[in-house]
Amino acid sequence: MSAVANPHLWTRRALSTLLLGVLPLGARGETGKVAVHIDNFAFSPAELKIQKGTEVTWTNNDDIPHTVLFIKTGVRSKTMDTDASFSYKFDKIGTFDYICGLHPHMKGKAIVTE
Amino acid sequence: MTEEPDNRDRRGFLQCMTWAGAAAVWSIAGGIPTSRIVGRAEAAETKGFTFAQVSDSHLGFDKPVNTDVTGTFQEALRKVVAQPQKPSFLIHTGDITHLSKPKEFDDGAQLLKSTGLQVYTVPGEHDVLEENRKSYLNRYGKGTKGDGWYSFDTHGVHFIGLVNVIDLQGAGLGTLGKPQLDWLAKDVAGLSASTPIVVFAHVPLWIAYQDWGWGTADGAMALTHLKKFGSVTVLNGHIHQVMQKIEGHVAFHSARSTAFPQGVPGVAKGPGPMPVAAGTLKDYLGIRRVTLVTNNAPLAVVDTPLAG
Repeated sequence: MSAVANPHLWTRRALSTLLLGVLPLGARGETGKVAVHIDNFAFSPAELKIQKGTEVTWTNNDDIPHTVLFIKTGVRSKTMDTDASFSYKFDKIGTFDYICGLHPHMKGKAIVTE
Repeated sequence: MTEEPDNRDRRGFLQCMTWAGAAAVWSIAGGIPTSRIVGRAEAAETKGFTFAQVSDSHLGFDKPVNTDVTGTFQEALRKVVAQPQKPSFLIHTGDITHLSKPKEFDDGAQLLKSTGLQVYTVPGEHDVLEENRKSYLNRYGKGTKGDGWYSFDTHGVHFIGLVNVIDLQGAGLGTLGKPQLDWLAKDVAGLSASTPIVVFAHVPLWIAYQDWGWGTADGAMALTHLKKFGSVTVLNGHIHQVMQKIEGHVAFHSARSTAFPQGVPGVAKGPGPMPVAAGTLKDYLGIRRVTLVTNNAPLAVVDTPLAG
């Protein structure tokens, strides 16, 4: 994760500033309820840093149905048509990689800490 | 919309992809197929046994890019039946429905039945959204193996319907899986190398565009089992546009959708439905007719836009 080029460093700094500004507990990850949007065959944000107990809601903004499928646990959402949502509460710490079961090139990740 | 390609560029692209009224005729000599692009009139003169392919009807889809997918599917089927030489049967290469709903399957079955043609299908990922895939298999699974794969022989051609849309994972591509590949090896073991083979499956068996998952991870394994055959034609759907490719003795074709076009790799940001200028939708939708001429054995593949 080292910043090898100036633009990267700049981006990282800008992001850190932004996150710190919005989230006083940025270092510990978000908590409460968190939203992930699906736009143009991509999860946004693709990577979440959240605290245990956080509930994440995915909403499909595409014209094509998508799902959320956790690779290790096999937990999967129902197929979400346009504007449909799926919520999941993360009760365990760890890194949870997920994909869209219909379009597996769509990848996301939730990093859950105490 | 920014995703709509510039017309002039599109024309150049379409030319090399052989869309829009052009056709590829496969002549097979000494086991090596060669293709040439011909005008529609020339292709229409081809005599022999023909069958038609439709794909990606997505019944149930109702978004602005096409609010009448039933209508465009019906029109495609009407064109199939109206061919000067009535096709012997019809292949639907999957995504019959948009959300695997019983009503979508009912509508699909009714529309397909209205052609009076024998229909062969393979599922698309949209047809097997339910956990147990029952709606698809109850309707189209009879006499098939595994998740719905099978083969049949007609007019001296061996047809193989493969399923590559189950449990899409990890690599982001379609998969056939070992049981199906083992079955395929046995299925073709007793055939002579001169038997023309037609394989049909939903997701392209070759890697059409990896970034969007447009390919089959173990597709090359399937082709290994088909190596001895002099003529292999692979028909796919899924990507809602015509792409053609020849690799050795294998000719790959992907078909248009009857419902909506999808983005062009390298042009669009993502693989979703592609909005097109008002009134031009039917230029992007279509059907395909394949002719086998028994005497001199070329396979002619003709793509017809709905607007044509």
